[in-house]
Amino acid sequence: MKILVTVKRVSDPEAKLKIKPDGSWIQTEGVKFVVNPFDEIAVEEALRIKEKQTGEVVVVSIGDKVVTEQIRAALAMGCDRGIFVNYPGASDSFDIAGILQKIVEQEKPDIIILGKQAVDDDMGAAGFMLAELLGYPQAAFASKVEISDDKKKAKVTREIDGGLEVKEVEIPCIITADLRLNTPRYASLPNIMKAKQKPIKEVTVDALGVAVKPSVTVKKLTEPPKRKGGVKVESVQDLVTKLKNEAKVI
Amino acid sequence: MSNVVILCEHKNGELVKQSLSAVKAGIDAAKATSGKSFLLLMGSGIDKAKEAASRLGADGVIAVEDAALAGYTAEAYAIAAFEAIKPQSADLVLATTSAFSKDLLPRLAVKLKAGMVSDILSIKTDGGKIAGFTRAMWAGSMIADVEVSAAVVVATVRGTAFAHAEPVAAASPVTPVSVKIDQGALHAKSLEVIEHKSSRPQLADASVVVSGGRGLKGPEGFKTIEQLADLFGAAIGASRAAVDAGWVPNDLQVGQTGKIVAPNLYIAIGISGAIQHLAGMKDSKTIVAINKDPDAPIFQIADYGLVADFAKAVPELVDEIKKVK
Ligand SMILES: Cc1cc2nc3c(=O)[nH]c(=O)nc-3n(C[C@H](O)[C@H](O)[C@H](O)COP(=O)(O)OP(=O)(O)OC[C@H]3O[C@@H](n4cnc5c(N)ncnc54)[C@H](O)[C@@H]3O)c2cc1C
Ligand SMILES: Cc1cc2nc3c(=O)[nH]c(=O)nc-3n(C[C@H](O)[C@H](O)[C@H](O)COP(=O)(O)OP(=O)(O)OC[C@H]3O[C@@H](n4cnc5c(N)ncnc54)[C@H](O)[C@@H]3O)c2cc1C
Repeated sequence: MKILVTVKRVSDPEAKLKIKPDGSWIQTEGVKFVVNPFDEIAVEEALRIKEKQTGEVVVVSIGDKVVTEQIRAALAMGCDRGIFVNYPGASDSFDIAGILQKIVEQEKPDIIILGKQAVDDDMGAAGFMLAELLGYPQAAFASKVEISDDKKKAKVTREIDGGLEVKEVEIPCIITADLRLNTPRYASLPNIMKAKQKPIKEVTVDALGVAVKPSVTVKKLTEPPKRKGGVKVESVQDLVTKLKNEAKVI
Repeated sequence: MSNVVILCEHKNGELVKQSLSAVKAGIDAAKATSGKSFLLLMGSGIDKAKEAASRLGADGVIAVEDAALAGYTAEAYAIAAFEAIKPQSADLVLATTSAFSKDLLPRLAVKLKAGMVSDILSIKTDGGKIAGFTRAMWAGSMIADVEVSAAVVVATVRGTAFAHAEPVAAASPVTPVSVKIDQGALHAKSLEVIEHKSSRPQLADASVVVSGGRGLKGPEGFKTIEQLADLFGAAIGASRAAVDAGWVPNDLQVGQTGKIVAPNLYIAIGISGAIQHLAGMKDSKTIVAINKDPDAPIFQIADYGLVADFAKAVPELVDEIKKVK
């Protein structure tokens, strides 16, 4: 089976972020960047499917040259080769889906696994837009993936409001990874060394034939008002008194 | 003039309460721009939901009823929604953020050639037009002003950021729309929905939420805090750490990548207060934190902090509240 996974370069979820003086974006100098945590889960799932089924895992990232760091990280986890789409400008989720569509048309993977959302902007849209562009079925928010013996279908358990859903999708299909799908492996030192030799193909959006024209644009960032902490109470009784008399919630 | 279509969810034939946030946001946006608002219901066996939807003050209700829509799939519902919305010349399509809308709306956005914005906090109107939106980014640490240049915008609406639409006396007309769905062309089917059964209110609907984290040490810890929840008729929530450990079901996770709640009272017990957790509850009216570490970050945002071991404090709290209730 051939599996395509996507990795987005995002600021470390632990990072303290500041807005640029002109409000246009966050300051990126000195900020640590990582593979979007949901994409690590996607990579892990792709590797597990490959280990059961044999095949190839191809990893793609879109951005400027620095995103090759995240491609290398995925290669070190065990992906076979990388595709770096060199596009340094702004894009929206639809642009990303449009670029990925071209990659899918060239690579013809059986399964495409993305993260359920990018934790920097929390859009959570690119995967499903890609599914619609390709006319593929989608299994969103996956917490379990089973491939049928004939490799024609995937049975996916999905996290939904109030429980779980089991959905069957025909292959080729799109899957988006949720938190409980798996625990991503750490790259071992030998695998990090090996990853340096693995091929990364660079392509441009022009060569792919996509015009990137974000229709959704961030005009300005501001920090929300900080919630002020209140008081520490002395005892359980003190807490109950305050909840009753001040907050009036009892 | 902006025409707005609002997708409404239903469960067991009844309109889902959370949808009322998007209904309110949509009707208000249409009014502010002198446009029209329509509620869209899709499914089968939805008479009660249709009746409820027709009493919310929209200009009309569109109902797509088809056996092919009995079980939800994004593939079938995107087709149905697209066919129903097409003749409305909609400028804005909304639904309250949920597992349903997050799955469906991006697909629909592509069909409508629309720009997609997720989990909006507000809608700006200007001179009879929709001018922009605000939304949270980086786990709620930034608010972004977003503009969309596409002719149509599809957006999910954060439930906690908008009031619920209130019932009105006058009924809006309900228009049935039929669509053709070729099941075979969907390449997808729903096999089973496994409901996590609970007598408690849903997280999003509850006015009191009692949440537990890693500090509860195990599923028994959740039994302890359930007694507190019982006193308030509260929903139970959890941090990611507690869900990852398998102590409670996945859909109880509160936070950036789980559910976003803003109840009247939120009680966080054995939760440290990571930014990803705060993103899901910091707009609650009153926040109480119980944690044995006096330096836990949760205390920086809690209105009332109690430094204590939960195993001792929570049973005491239950007794004390019973005395004064
Ligand atoms: C300086 C700067 C300015 C920007 N300005 C804007 C702006 O004004 N408006 C705007 O909408 N966006 C802007 N972005 C881009 C934005 O962060 C996203 O790249 C874009 O919105 C699409 O991804 P998403 O996060 O919405 O995807 P989501 O739908 O949240 O992501 C889902 C999944 O898609 C995949 N994916 C997403 N992006 C990539 C990628 N680049 N490479 C590989 N896989 C990917 C991942 O697997 C991810 O888990 C800007 C980025 C930068 C660096
Ligand atoms: C991509 C990503 C997404 C995430 N999404 C979410 C999300 O949506 N929601 C979320 O919650 N987290 C999320 N997280 C995880 C988040 O970063 C934290 O790791 C998590 O919230 C910690 O959970 P916790 O507070 O229960 O555990 P800990 O941080 O381990 O805190 C446990 C607390 O319990 C206290 N404690 C211990 N024993 C007792 C006792 N006997 N009595 C009282 N207090 C006690 C301790 O002092 C400590 O403060 C996400 C992380 C990532 C990377």
